[in-house]
Amino acid sequence: MVRWLVAAVVLCIAATPVRATEATEIGIGYLARAGIKQKLSLVELPAENDGMAGARLAVEDNNTTGKFLNQRFTLEEVRLKDGDDVAKAATALAARNGSIIADLPADDLLKAADALRDRGTLLLNAGAIDDRLREQDCRANIIHVAPTRSMLADALAQYLVWKQWKRWLFVVGSHEQDKLFADALRRAATRFGAKIVQERVFEDTGGARRTDSGVTLIQRQMPTFTQQAPAYDVLVAADESEVFAAYLPYRTWDPRPVAGSAGLVPTSWHAAQDQWGAIQIQNRFLKLNLRPMTALDMQAWTAARMIGEAASRTKSGDPKAISDFLKGPDFSMAAFKGRRLTLRDWNLQLRQPILLVDGRMVVSVSPQEGFLHQVSELDTLGVDRPETKCRL
Amino acid sequence: MKRDGMRMWRHCLLSGVAAWLATVAPAEAFIAYVSNEKSNTVTVIDTNTWTVTKTIKVGQRPRGIEFTRDAKFVFVAVGDDDSIQVIDVAKQEVVDTLPSGPDPELFALDAEGKILYVANENDNTVTIIDVEKRTRLGDIQVGVEPEGMAISPDGKTLINTSETTNMAHFIDTATRQIVANVLVDPRPRYVEFKSDNSEVWISSEIGGTVSILDPAKRVVIDKISFNIPGLRSEAIQPVGIGMTKDGKTAFVALGPANRVAVIDTATRKVTKYLLVGQRVWHMAFTPDEKYLMVTNGVSNDVSVIDVTAQKVIKTIQVGELPWGITIAAP
Repeated sequence: MVRWLVAAVVLCIAATPVRATEATEIGIGYLARAGIKQKLSLVELPAENDGMAGARLAVEDNNTTGKFLNQRFTLEEVRLKDGDDVAKAATALAARNGSIIADLPADDLLKAADALRDRGTLLLNAGAIDDRLREQDCRANIIHVAPTRSMLADALAQYLVWKQWKRWLFVVGSHEQDKLFADALRRAATRFGAKIVQERVFEDTGGARRTDSGVTLIQRQMPTFTQQAPAYDVLVAADESEVFAAYLPYRTWDPRPVAGSAGLVPTSWHAAQDQWGAIQIQNRFLKLNLRPMTALDMQAWTAARMIGEAASRTKSGDPKAISDFLKGPDFSMAAFKGRRLTLRDWNLQLRQPILLVDGRMVVSVSPQEGFLHQVSELDTLGVDRPETKCRL
Repeated sequence: MKRDGMRMWRHCLLSGVAAWLATVAPAEAFIAYVSNEKSNTVTVIDTNTWTVTKTIKVGQRPRGIEFTRDAKFVFVAVGDDDSIQVIDVAKQEVVDTLPSGPDPELFALDAEGKILYVANENDNTVTIIDVEKRTRLGDIQVGVEPEGMAISPDGKTLINTSETTNMAHFIDTATRQIVANVLVDPRPRYVEFKSDNSEVWISSEIGGTVSILDPAKRVVIDKISFNIPGLRSEAIQPVGIGMTKDGKTAFVALGPANRVAVIDTATRKVTKYLLVGQRVWHMAFTPDEKYLMVTNGVSNDVSVIDVTAQKVIKTIQVGELPWGITIAAP
């Protein structure tokens, strides 16, 4: 007995085309874990349908286009609970859908990919930012839509260096993913000429994120934690676990800006992004989902739109044709980032600009001016072809 | 004899001065209206002196802008106000509003100037407006984020492009039905018919190309790419297109590449790249086709191109984020 929660079965959005011939049905699966990730800030708590809401909008968009090509897109969501077998769930979902958008932790994603290897089902990784999935653990049947930690770190480092904030006080959380983000930031500092003047670890000693008089305590704790630092320009925090970084702005001992996991944050999307026609997708998203669009929503939207784009270019619903087109040289897509998005053919990572946001506004967009590259400036973000460990 | 000689001299001198005056002074002065997307204004430029003569306050986020056929009014789409405003050219102020769908961006006016077709980005429709009665005649469902709009020289076909669907929708203006959908490269922005109706040019901002379509067969017959030494291809984003009436030369604005490409339409090859301001967007010819004016969004100015010499001769400061431009004889 597989115990998975089927939250929404098949969403047939948009008016079905009334044609003499039967429309080509193109099924897209959405595989994610149940439950939401904890955040320090109440306003950043993700909605239950974080990610899925973006995929839903993209399927609506695909169906608007599909009307003209006699193609109909469907979306089927499966949420895994603790203890559920991801391989079984992925296989069952693949029986009805030619491609699957995944928002899964790295190990789960690899299990799903290996279970689907012989079926030819394409996985689109919308959630996992681990570099290893694109490097030593890369798979030929996973396209990565989410940016990597190294892309996010490089995007931030380029801006800090451009701003001449080159001396970093570096604070790292004590959890595994905090250390991974810290590794990416250290690499970025070396690549772009920033200097980590001191590194401190913020131990997670447990405790609740929400308490009745928390602020009083934090206001004493954070200045003490950041005092007696060598001269620095910016505090860079690596805290993916959401334990401390959001407490740092305005509370550091020295008056310095904060970046990384709080303050100025690198991300693939933000509800404040309004350049390059983005206001249109923000409006569409808000109208459909009655909430602002998150980075995960955008990553899932992009993944589902890639399927739509491939289906309309190839005029086919065949999973192999779709997968071949996306991996081929003719694929490029518009996603409100001011330039075309393409795939790195050596590890199937989507090239993309990264936004730097302060929670309310988009402060900048990387790559920054002056960081040059012989192929694509977007390849100044993340692990480049000569350094890759991926063998597809 | 002497007196006659004097008279001849005087006559000669006078006609000489007249001839000299005729060559120096422009034959006709035109006015250009520029929509400034960020400052919510429209800048009026006198093409005789190349100076700004007036800045008109309009609604929020003005983009698409066009003179009426009699040049007495200017329509400007104010997207964030979900309407199209009417500027009285004599009064130089907004005098009326046309109903449109949500977030109008670009529009096309039919040959008689009676029907306006508006691309409404927010709800995937093209809205048809009766200009005289100021009423909405209907909507046509198109792809996601409709943008580019153009009517064929014979008036029979309207082409609308949709930016996320990546299609050119061919609409029969008589039946108001879509008759064909042609896929083009990502984010199609602007449509321009050749004046003899033999070709349609469509720019794809993100695809970085201009597709040439056969309007009779409704297929893509050729594609123009751009290659500027020292620039990554991602920075080349074609948007506005202008074509001379004889159909021989086309100009394409390349957005953040800060250049306008000059194309020989016979060979379909780029013959020249003209360096203009930053993020060059849309363009308009003076009615005599001596000059082409282009809007530069990021540098907040308009570049004037001498069409024959194919040279940028002037830069005029306008409002913030200039977007569209339209020119007519006052």
